[in-house]
Amino acid sequence: MTDPHPPYLSPGYRSTVLRAPARELVMPKLGPDSVELTSPVFGHQELGRLDNDLTRQHSGEPIGERIIVTGRVLDGAGRPVPDALVEVWQANAAGRYPHLADQHPAPLDPNFTGAGRCLTDADGRYRFVTIKPGAYPWRNHHNAWRPAHIHFSVFGTAFTQRLVTQMYFPGDPLFPFDPIFQSIPRQEDREKLICRFDMDTTVPEWALGHQWDIVLGDTPMEA
Amino acid sequence: MTTPSQTVGPFFGYGLPYEGGSELVPGWRPDAIRVRGRVLDGAGEPVPDALVEIWQADGSGEIPRRPGGLVRAGHDFSGFGRCPTDAAGGYWFGTVKPGPVGEGAPYIAVLVFARGLLKPVFTRLYFPEDGAAHGTDPLLAEVPAERRATLIAEREGEREYRFDIHLQGERETVFLGF
Repeated sequence: MTDPHPPYLSPGYRSTVLRAPARELVMPKLGPDSVELTSPVFGHQELGRLDNDLTRQHSGEPIGERIIVTGRVLDGAGRPVPDALVEVWQANAAGRYPHLADQHPAPLDPNFTGAGRCLTDADGRYRFVTIKPGAYPWRNHHNAWRPAHIHFSVFGTAFTQRLVTQMYFPGDPLFPFDPIFQSIPRQEDREKLICRFDMDTTVPEWALGHQWDIVLGDTPMEA
Repeated sequence: MTTPSQTVGPFFGYGLPYEGGSELVPGWRPDAIRVRGRVLDGAGEPVPDALVEIWQADGSGEIPRRPGGLVRAGHDFSGFGRCPTDAAGGYWFGTVKPGPVGEGAPYIAVLVFARGLLKPVFTRLYFPEDGAAHGTDPLLAEVPAERRATLIAEREGEREYRFDIHLQGERETVFLGF
């Protein structure tokens, strides 16, 4: 199967130049061992009840377009992964992160931090309520802008399946210009990072719904 | 079918780190060890926006199957830790030394995410006092001899270890292609 992931070195994304490993990776003949084939267990008691609702973490309502983002975490064989920890973080509607290093002159929203987490249910499903993030500039090259995205971090059943990625929105005009999105070699793989607007997920008079499934790498024992 | 990886970016600091992420066990435990190190780029410069995660067996070599990786209760051992690097590229963990699992030498699985890494790097931290076990470890046997030292922490003191991670360069750490 063709590797869907970007290569480490992708010079269009300048920060890869000094950070991409240059030596060949070591591929152990025996594959991962029993530690690497397992993954931490997370419990519901470790999460807050509203951790998956990014619109209710402050006293007021955040500014922006309220959205629902939901989908399933699946393993390489298409089976749901229950009790998987899914963490998200994102910019606010104006394209600003509440991070000291973010110098974009767009307003912060006192009612929006932009971080959430949840555990998948028995069907592998996660669900977040949030605000549609804005695009924002970065200094990779002249007039560089990131397409709107939500960062996702996911645990599978093996530590080797650990995935950090970004979910994008359909039809973003910035896709062709974004070296991070374009670092994925094949267009069909890039498209796996784009969520799908879904009328059935949309809640009348309240929020637009988006579906996005996350497929982890093969459970290494089956590789 | 697999969902492609993307970089963790520079702004994960308010989303992924959590209180106690570095401290798998409290420092007062008699079996507590401390591991610290730096993440460095190909020019030898610190990487101040990396996130280091570890996953390991407990002191008896048992792989933890219980929660406690996010909320540290102070007793159960969850085996998972997460630490963002500081301005000097530094990270640390307070944990226990894992016991051996199966035939290999004891090790801690280490994952590093960073701005500029489009996918994480995966490695292992072995302990310097286990030289005899390293001789028969199946993974170390596959690593060219001159690079093996990049996988072995240095002893810094009583129950204290140092493990620098070089993403690139002359001393590039051995990364695994899982």
